Amino acid sequence: MADTTGYGYRLVTEVDPIFGKLTLQAFPFYDPIIFGTFIVVVIVGVGVLAALTYFRLWGYLWKEWLTSVDHKKIGIMYMILGLVMLVRGFADAVLMRLHQAMAASGGTGYLDSHHYDQIFTAHGTIMIFFVAMPFVTGFMNYVMPLQIGARDVAFPFLNNLSFWLTTSGAVLVMISLFVGEFAATGWLAYPPLSNGEFSPGVGVDYYLWSLNIAGIGTTLSGINLIVTLVKMRAPGMTWMKLPVFCWTSLCANVLIVASFPVLSATYALLTADRYFGTQFFNAELGGNPMMYVNLIWIWGHPEVYILILPIFGIYSEIVPTFTSKRLFGYTSMVYATCVIMVLSYIVWLHHFFTMGAGANVNSFFGITTMIISIPTGAKIFNWLFTMYKGRIRFEEPMMWTVAFMLTFVVGGMTGVLLAVPPADYVLHNSLFLVAHFHNVIIGGVVFGVFAGIVYWWPKAFGFRLAPFWGKVSFWCWVTGFWLAFMPLYVLGLMGVTRRLSQFEDTAYSIYFVIALIGALFVAAGIVAFLIQMAVSILNREKLRDTTGDIWDGRTLEWSTSSPPPAYNFAFSPRVHELDAWHHMKACGYRPPEDDFVPIHMPKNTSSGIVIAGILTAFGFAMVWNIWWLAGLTFVASLLYSISHTFNYNRDYYIPSDEVRDTERARLGLPKTPMPEPAE
Amino acid sequence: MKRTRVFFCALAALALSGCNLVVMNPSGDVAQQQAELIIYSTVLMLIIILPVMALTVFFAWRYRESNKEASYEPDWDHSISLEIVVWSVPLAIIICLAGLTWVATHRLNPYDPLRRISAEQPVDPTVEPLIVQVVAMDWKWLFLYPEQGIATVNQAAAIVDRPIEFQLTSDTVMNSFYVPALAGQIYAMAGMQTELNAVINQQGTYEGFSANYNGFGFNDMRFDFLGVDAAGFDAWVEGIKASDASLDRDAYMALQPPSVVIAESEFSRIADNMWDRIVNMCVDPNDLCRDDMMMVDALGGGGVAGLIYRDLFRGICSVDDPGALLAIIRPELQTLVEELNTQASLASDPGGQLQDIEPL
Repeated sequence: MADTTGYGYRLVTEVDPIFGKLTLQAFPFYDPIIFGTFIVVVIVGVGVLAALTYFRLWGYLWKEWLTSVDHKKIGIMYMILGLVMLVRGFADAVLMRLHQAMAASGGTGYLDSHHYDQIFTAHGTIMIFFVAMPFVTGFMNYVMPLQIGARDVAFPFLNNLSFWLTTSGAVLVMISLFVGEFAATGWLAYPPLSNGEFSPGVGVDYYLWSLNIAGIGTTLSGINLIVTLVKMRAPGMTWMKLPVFCWTSLCANVLIVASFPVLSATYALLTADRYFGTQFFNAELGGNPMMYVNLIWIWGHPEVYILILPIFGIYSEIVPTFTSKRLFGYTSMVYATCVIMVLSYIVWLHHFFTMGAGANVNSFFGITTMIISIPTGAKIFNWLFTMYKGRIRFEEPMMWTVAFMLTFVVGGMTGVLLAVPPADYVLHNSLFLVAHFHNVIIGGVVFGVFAGIVYWWPKAFGFRLAPFWGKVSFWCWVTGFWLAFMPLYVLGLMGVTRRLSQFEDTAYSIYFVIALIGALFVAAGIVAFLIQMAVSILNREKLRDTTGDIWDGRTLEWSTSSPPPAYNFAFSPRVHELDAWHHMKACGYRPPEDDFVPIHMPKNTSSGIVIAGILTAFGFAMVWNIWWLAGLTFVASLLYSISHTFNYNRDYYIPSDEVRDTERARLGLPKTPMPEPAE
Repeated sequence: MKRTRVFFCALAALALSGCNLVVMNPSGDVAQQQAELIIYSTVLMLIIILPVMALTVFFAWRYRESNKEASYEPDWDHSISLEIVVWSVPLAIIICLAGLTWVATHRLNPYDPLRRISAEQPVDPTVEPLIVQVVAMDWKWLFLYPEQGIATVNQAAAIVDRPIEFQLTSDTVMNSFYVPALAGQIYAMAGMQTELNAVINQQGTYEGFSANYNGFGFNDMRFDFLGVDAAGFDAWVEGIKASDASLDRDAYMALQPPSVVIAESEFSRIADNMWDRIVNMCVDPNDLCRDDMMMVDALGGGGVAGLIYRDLFRGICSVDDPGALLAIIRPELQTLVEELNTQASLASDPGGQLQDIEPL
């Protein structure tokens, strides 16, 4: 079926009682790029499924991973989700860079407007919600309970459910690539553009349902991690002995709990506008689209700090470890984090100074924004003075950290510049803005994610990553970032707006070509990272770490074995100092060899994946107006959730013998203790 | 300032082989002041950014593990004096920048009349600003010149060194009105009116566009902005007057359907109250104007009848018939309605109708 509206939409007006609006036309056979991708995905997918079957891994996968409530496995699954979606989101980025380079060099590019608009929308949505968020949540899940000496998070089943709800959202976004289309509205879907009149296709519905579902997961995860931090710290770990990563996680989760409900409510209102004809954001019948913009940024600005704060925490763990020195200014680091947390709520309007608020309002929000740079600056100085008089080992995590410090300050500077309202009037919506937020998100969050992966990989898997390919990846990423985004700053000053797909002026060509080359460097960086993982897994015996403390770490996660046993710690550690493990080592700590006790643990459950699976089907049914399926799945998800609460068979004990065997094996001691002397 | 600009251009020329940065080198005084502000703020921030970057590199090199000569103090983690420096230096910079921001934001508030024509030229209080009403449509720009009684699509003109007051709204989605050479952007939104005051200081043809993504035709939502002298402007207006098309309800509704490319259209007349109807989204005779809708709501929405018979108010426009809504919602105020109607017929100024009425 051809374009029915004249602007890209292939609409089905009749709703079939069985298939809703879903017809064969929904599959994009007409587009060779999408169809080609579809075929590749099918081939790879079938290959993976066949391999799982051939190696008889289904049972293992189901029992050990998919239904697991172990925070470590859930953390790793979050990281895998982030990595898979990174590849998808980055493929979108390369498509855009290539298209813009072609379009600016005298051609028209190879994508039509409607397709291009979906690509930049998908890129933004995926990178924030399904790449950055899973990475950050993954780190918090994996590392935080270990750092506070806990056995798991406070609500292990909820953790599993949160992960699967996030995945459910990601699955819906991925389905939209091959069945129907994605939103063509920009990643925040401002109405009226995103309402039924101007976006009549299913794209915005995919967007809304995937984020409605994923948003619930994120909120639940935030509650879970806050409770864990408040209630489950090891004895002696008072607040001011909490590792900085845990502090930043706490602040980030407070932000999640306070801001994600706003996002969910906003999307619920927009969903109601689209499905029930309410007029919350439709000016024509008395609604107010400016309300949506305010609400979405009341979530959107704290979201930026939800991403960057835990990553600041990662840097704060890496710098002391690799300089073999205490973190400079722990107290001021903690206060800086809390100040950023509070201030991040009162800056949202800087995303739309140009909406026409008065000078007093604009100045207020501009100045509050600038004030955030003070605690952030203090953090940078604290890392700097941690390096001062240290012994810096330039392992990969430290390389990423130094690259971050040099890159992030530039992004911070352009950010403060954009906070000056009159300057923002000329730079808003331009490629300068695009360059700025990639500067802080790549230079801050992504570099930190890679630093964290390399840093904690040996903890998670018991062997380190081979450094050669990691360094290749590092240099490709850093070079690629600077090449890809510095030209965008220049283009922004040349008055080039974001989200354009056609250019008349060939003077832009050279900058877009340089940016494309940068993107290709980043692509090489991603490939090198994948190679690094593959090479390391193949050579894992050579890279094995038996100490559990490969970097000479300072916090509790390094006190247990690598990978840690399911129960993390045979005995809850007692904390006397900040950098608890460093202090334990200095005091000549010896791990216990005997007198173990049974350990109380939560049981795996399939409820999380089942409920999320049902909700994925519900989202899909709502998108395509398959009302019978929507009703069925909605009721089914409620009933299943209720029935789960009647499952009392939720926990078990790991017998003390098993704990003893595990712990002694780790210490290289014989399995059973020396026989007691005969009486 | 000239020196700063020369310096910046030299730097830019070096790095970019040409100084074609329209944002940094515009032709309108407002944009010029905004560009200067970018430079001042950047220089102010570089005072702290550059030393931090230099120190990062220096510390990283100096305290590398293989350099055994560098001192090593593993337990040094606190210094009151350093802490004071790391908090107070950024604070000092931000205080300066905040002062600059406060002053500049107020001076360059797009809603306020201009304070100067250019650095050398003050505003002449006898010259009224040229009013240009701008409507963002899918995907073209409609410009109304109430003073001249003309309207154009995708082309606008203004007189060099005469202040311009743009009144902006949108027919459809959110747009951002932006002529980089003239002044910073401001959103144009349906059902709202925003404002932008600016001035163009050099003759020329400049590019204008929507800076906010607005759907399929986004790339093509561009227009030419002409800076001309007074004689040139008169000639331009005369040229448009030669057309015999009138911008009335029908002509506007013919422009409304989404279209990507449109030939430049010209209208030599504008029907009465068009701008009012466009802002209130009631050009279509079947629509209730937004201001009337608010009045209906404020008066109780017509009670149960208003809830059930949604068509009760359809097509009523208080600009045409100031008493019609009151007659439906508050029939008991019939006398007031009659008084209103008499006044409206007497008043030459349609905006002054309600001045002498007692509050309800």
